[in-house]
Amino acid sequence: MPETAPPAVEVRNLVKVFHLRRARGARRRSVKSLVAVDHVSFSVGQGRSLAVVGESGSGKTTLARMVVGLERPTSGEIAVGGRERRSTRVGSRERRHRAREVQIVFQDPYSSLDPRQTVGRCIEEMLRLHFDADRAGRLTRVAELLDQVGLDERHAPAYPRALSGGQRQRVAIARALACEPRVLICDEAVASLDVSIQAQVLNLLSDIRDRIGVSYLFISHDLAVVRQVSDEILVMKNGRVVEHGPTDRVLDEPADTYTKLLLSAIPRPGWHPVAESDPQPVAT
Amino acid sequence: MATAAAAKEQLFPSARRRRNLDPVILAAGAFIGVLVLVAILAPWIAPYNPNAATILAANQGVSAAHWLGTDPTGRDLLSRLIWGARLSLLGPALIVLIATALGTVLAIASAWIGGLFDQLVSRVMDLLFAFPGLVLAMIAVAMFGKGLVAPVVALSIAYTPYITRVLRSAASRERSLPYVAACYVGGVSARSICSRHLLPNVFPLLLTQSTISFGSALVTLAAVSYLGLGIQPPTATWGFMVSTGQSSILAGHPAESLEAGILIVVTVVAFNLLGDRLAGRRSLQAL
Repeated sequence: MPETAPPAVEVRNLVKVFHLRRARGARRRSVKSLVAVDHVSFSVGQGRSLAVVGESGSGKTTLARMVVGLERPTSGEIAVGGRERRSTRVGSRERRHRAREVQIVFQDPYSSLDPRQTVGRCIEEMLRLHFDADRAGRLTRVAELLDQVGLDERHAPAYPRALSGGQRQRVAIARALACEPRVLICDEAVASLDVSIQAQVLNLLSDIRDRIGVSYLFISHDLAVVRQVSDEILVMKNGRVVEHGPTDRVLDEPADTYTKLLLSAIPRPGWHPVAESDPQPVAT
Repeated sequence: MATAAAAKEQLFPSARRRRNLDPVILAAGAFIGVLVLVAILAPWIAPYNPNAATILAANQGVSAAHWLGTDPTGRDLLSRLIWGARLSLLGPALIVLIATALGTVLAIASAWIGGLFDQLVSRVMDLLFAFPGLVLAMIAVAMFGKGLVAPVVALSIAYTPYITRVLRSAASRERSLPYVAACYVGGVSARSICSRHLLPNVFPLLLTQSTISFGSALVTLAAVSYLGLGIQPPTATWGFMVSTGQSSILAGHPAESLEAGILIVVTVVAFNLLGDRLAGRRSLQAL
């Protein structure tokens, strides 16, 4: 990749303010505003991966939704692959174009698939929209994508209700990859999976990065998960960036007190694992 | 081999299991099916001309010649009920069809567009709720004349809010789910998201809602006929038969009102049971 290549995603001074209206019956004028994202800037290089971490309400999901075009920034700029995204209210053609730039995998695998659409048709819908291929070509590609996310061609005619959470999340990843995006945003994509499945999906995501060179924007509250998948970490608190740096540096020598707090809050005894041979790990 | 089949069964719920129908659904559905068939085949199965008066055979009771008796002008009641099924069912069917089409489009558009449009639609629906269907139908008849068209159009409008309100809340619930966001991000056009994702996901509700509305529309339209504002005599409709039979009740011949009334009640109950049970199945099918 030449030095001059534009970053996969570049965000400059992004701000999102929500105006919270009081419940019905209250005075109309009493409007509270909440700054969800406060002048956040970062960039993710081609094939690189950035993790955005922070507690609930720190603005990381709002950030992701703005990058992908589901939320309109109050101010600031977003450029994907060097192309500025000016408006969120765009026509179908522009949205199709953007779909090939950024895709997103959501947190909840139970609601991120249409319950009345089979796995195969779900992926095929994306293919039909973005590529000129006949049905046979599309079906081959569906099988390829399913294989890529560790599923089988057999799963294509299944409805989401017949699949487990981990399998559904794989389908959601396959659907996102179907558009062949440059950037894949994972919004807490493994948070609702149990730990062993989390590891599988994380490995899968790293594999995919190695194979097709997609960039990741990884939204997570879980620092342990983040170490496995990201090159850089951005720590957010109350909408602001409190720390930004390479993964190892941030996790091993956190500079900010909030990052230290987050690190100390990792609930897993196994994160600095006791030797596997030790039959009864006892806290000392 | 057997385990492979079992595994497949688990992954793909077979059509056989889905066809395991509730007996109530079967019974109500069968009854409605028979009614529709009777209505279609009226010219072939009605034993007499429904409008042929035979004064000598007036007010006869149940007999081999007239299975359900005759009215004061000697017309065969069975034939009149059979012919009456046509307009008595066609009217509500049209009402439900128009109201459902209108309501579905409004509901899904509201859920998708949201904001001011949604508010506007909701307020207009609230306004329409304020008019009882029967009153709206009477106004329409006063303006456009008696017959089938005016009450049907008026009742279609009166039933639209019932469909719209239920579907709008369901559709906006679906719209807020991540799979719709995923479609949006994937570049699926608004029209496709609405027609290929939102519509199929609210369809079970649409089906139950319109089935229940059918029963209600049948009663209201029968009331319009009963008041003499619907289809004009001598054409038979069940509602009008209840009305014309009234005068002979005191004379000791309740057959006409009674038979037409029972038929209306049973049909409405069948539609309501069907809608009710379909709604039950829908919640079972979720996930």
